[in-house]
Amino acid sequence: MNVLICIAKVPDTTTKITFTENNTQFNTERVQWVINPLDEFALTRAIEIKEALGGTITVMNVGLADTEPLIRKAFAIGADEGIRINAEPTDCYFVATQIAHYAKEGNYDYIFAGRETTDYEGAQVGGIVAEIMGIPFIAGVPKFDYDGTTATMEREIEGGKEVISVNPPFLASIQEGVTEPRIPSMRGIMSARTKPLTVVEPVDAGSFVKIKSYELPPSKGECKYVEADNAEELINLLHTEAKVI
Amino acid sequence: MSADLFTAPDYFQVDDLLSDEHKLVRDSCRAWVKKEVTPIIEEYAQKAEFPAHLVKGLADLGAFGPTIPQKYGGGGMDYISYGLMMQELERGDSGVRSTASVQGSLVMFPIHEFGTEEQKMKFLPKLASGEILGCFGLTEPDHGSDPAGLTSNIVDKGNHYLLNGAKMWITNANLADVSVVWAKDENGDIRGLLVEKGMEGFTAPEMHGKWSLRASATGELVFDNVKIPKENLFPDIKGLKGPLSCLNSARYGIAWGAVGAAMDCYDSSLRYAKERIQFGKPIASFQLIQKKLAEMITEITKAQLLAWRLGTLKNEGKATPQQVSMAKRNNVEIAVDIARQARQIHGAMGITDEYSIMRHMANLESVMTYEGTHDVHLLITGMDITGINAFS
Ligand SMILES: Cc1cc2nc3c(=O)[nH]c(=O)nc-3n(C[C@H](O)[C@H](O)[C@H](O)COP(=O)(O)OP(=O)(O)OC[C@H]3O[C@@H](n4cnc5c(N)ncnc54)[C@H](O)[C@@H]3O)c2cc1C
Repeated sequence: MNVLICIAKVPDTTTKITFTENNTQFNTERVQWVINPLDEFALTRAIEIKEALGGTITVMNVGLADTEPLIRKAFAIGADEGIRINAEPTDCYFVATQIAHYAKEGNYDYIFAGRETTDYEGAQVGGIVAEIMGIPFIAGVPKFDYDGTTATMEREIEGGKEVISVNPPFLASIQEGVTEPRIPSMRGIMSARTKPLTVVEPVDAGSFVKIKSYELPPSKGECKYVEADNAEELINLLHTEAKVI
Repeated sequence: MSADLFTAPDYFQVDDLLSDEHKLVRDSCRAWVKKEVTPIIEEYAQKAEFPAHLVKGLADLGAFGPTIPQKYGGGGMDYISYGLMMQELERGDSGVRSTASVQGSLVMFPIHEFGTEEQKMKFLPKLASGEILGCFGLTEPDHGSDPAGLTSNIVDKGNHYLLNGAKMWITNANLADVSVVWAKDENGDIRGLLVEKGMEGFTAPEMHGKWSLRASATGELVFDNVKIPKENLFPDIKGLKGPLSCLNSARYGIAWGAVGAAMDCYDSSLRYAKERIQFGKPIASFQLIQKKLAEMITEITKAQLLAWRLGTLKNEGKATPQQVSMAKRNNVEIAVDIARQARQIHGAMGITDEYSIMRHMANLESVMTYEGTHDVHLLITGMDITGINAFS
């Protein structure tokens, strides 16, 4: 069983977000980078299945050399091999084209992506990769099982649940719930040293989206407290200050 | 206890001195402590009970014998990684770190360093996997700082040794499957031997009534004509250098561990001081609180750099026991001081188990005494720089 997991680099969720160059660049100064949490869930689920059925897990990342510590972390968690496509991940189409190109060569039974990355939340890469490769795409999977021949997945749909079965090859984008992430052990960290990480060059691909500027959500104003029995004052404030009634 | 919001201070960008692998080691241990230790530790400390269920997790994480070669089940890691692990474990609790120190530095280290191949193969993999626990018996009721005077003894009976004596203040004594025991032979030489649970005449009662390291088990080892098979003796090591080399390795871990406890107290204080409002403003706006916080981070930064430098020297095989003494003494002292200042910043909340402060503060009193007391380490530095022994 050969499985591919697409992993992206994102800022740690506690990062203080700031911008430079007139709000056109994300300020990466002293940012802690982590594996996109949903990708880590996907990886962990794939490892659990590998532990039952055997096989090889490859992680693939489109990024420059600074993403290698995250690939090593994926090794420490349990991935067997890594491929880094040596390019700045500019937009979803660009990233997906790179992944699809190299994934075709790998003959994988199935491919996991995170449903989205926690930074740009594009939620497109998985779908575009599947489209380019011409394989089924199952979006937003919180429960995944595989018996060696057929995968069974559950998806949340409006007002209920959908149970799907798919035969390889396919691509599923994984979301919370699929499993608990694993903390790398020291043995895992040591074995990560010798696992193969291949660096390949990007193929030609368009990049269609340019970010014009960023903006932070408006900061929350100060809270005013009104005594519970003073409805009159509340109405007055809503009328004169908040101007919503 | 409230949620574990710990974020580590790094005022001098010490992170830049670490490799990516070191950072992964540290972050993994930190994540483990947040998940496994923080949620339960106050309860176990209050109950004065060792959280025995953590042993398996510590082993799976790789906290037992990280510097022992992988061939024997250890981690094969360097000393910076080992130090960072101890820092993170002690950030959780000094008692949890103590178990890792004893298992790794005081039990696996001497078996690996002084043991026969049979002893290594018999004990090391099981100690690494947490299947068995070990303890280290040097201190006796009448011999603490002066271990050379110890009176536990072995007599050669031809096909076995006969062991008599008693050890006191032994971490994990009552839980240990194997005890590394230091006793004198008929020539008065200190020898190391492996005493196994269940040997006739050997008992290990737990000691009670500690106000410190309450989540760590401490006990006695009592030997009444215990027959020790000859193959359980370390064959070649004689004299104090045996036990002292073990302590040197454990003390190194403490120099890092204490920084972890200090960081936890500082981090909690900084957060509390910014949130706690008195006289209409956060208490962090008062100069006296800022003085405490500023001094804490200054001392933590110095201690971090001392530990890091000691680690690089140790990796190069150049760290002297005297350097280890200085680092252990300094870093424990600053941690104790920081815990006390942190206690004040937290006001009355600081004495409760809602915060880790009072637990760290009480734990660190043991850490100040075990593995060579505060003053003994000072005298080691004194002797090193003057060439004059002021011990006796
Ligand atoms: C919780 C806990 C766990 C422990 N775990 C272990 C363990 O696993 N294995 C083990 O072998 N031991 C263990 N110990 C024992 C510890 O190592 C000893 O307590 C320590 O060595 C000090 O010995 P002591 O308590 O007998 O104090 P003493 O040696 O009696 O010292 C009392 C005081 O006198 C001072 N003093 C002594 N000699 C001198 C001198 N020459 N000059 C100036 N001052 C001096 C000391 O600094 C100290 O302040 C543990 C202790 C504690 C508290």
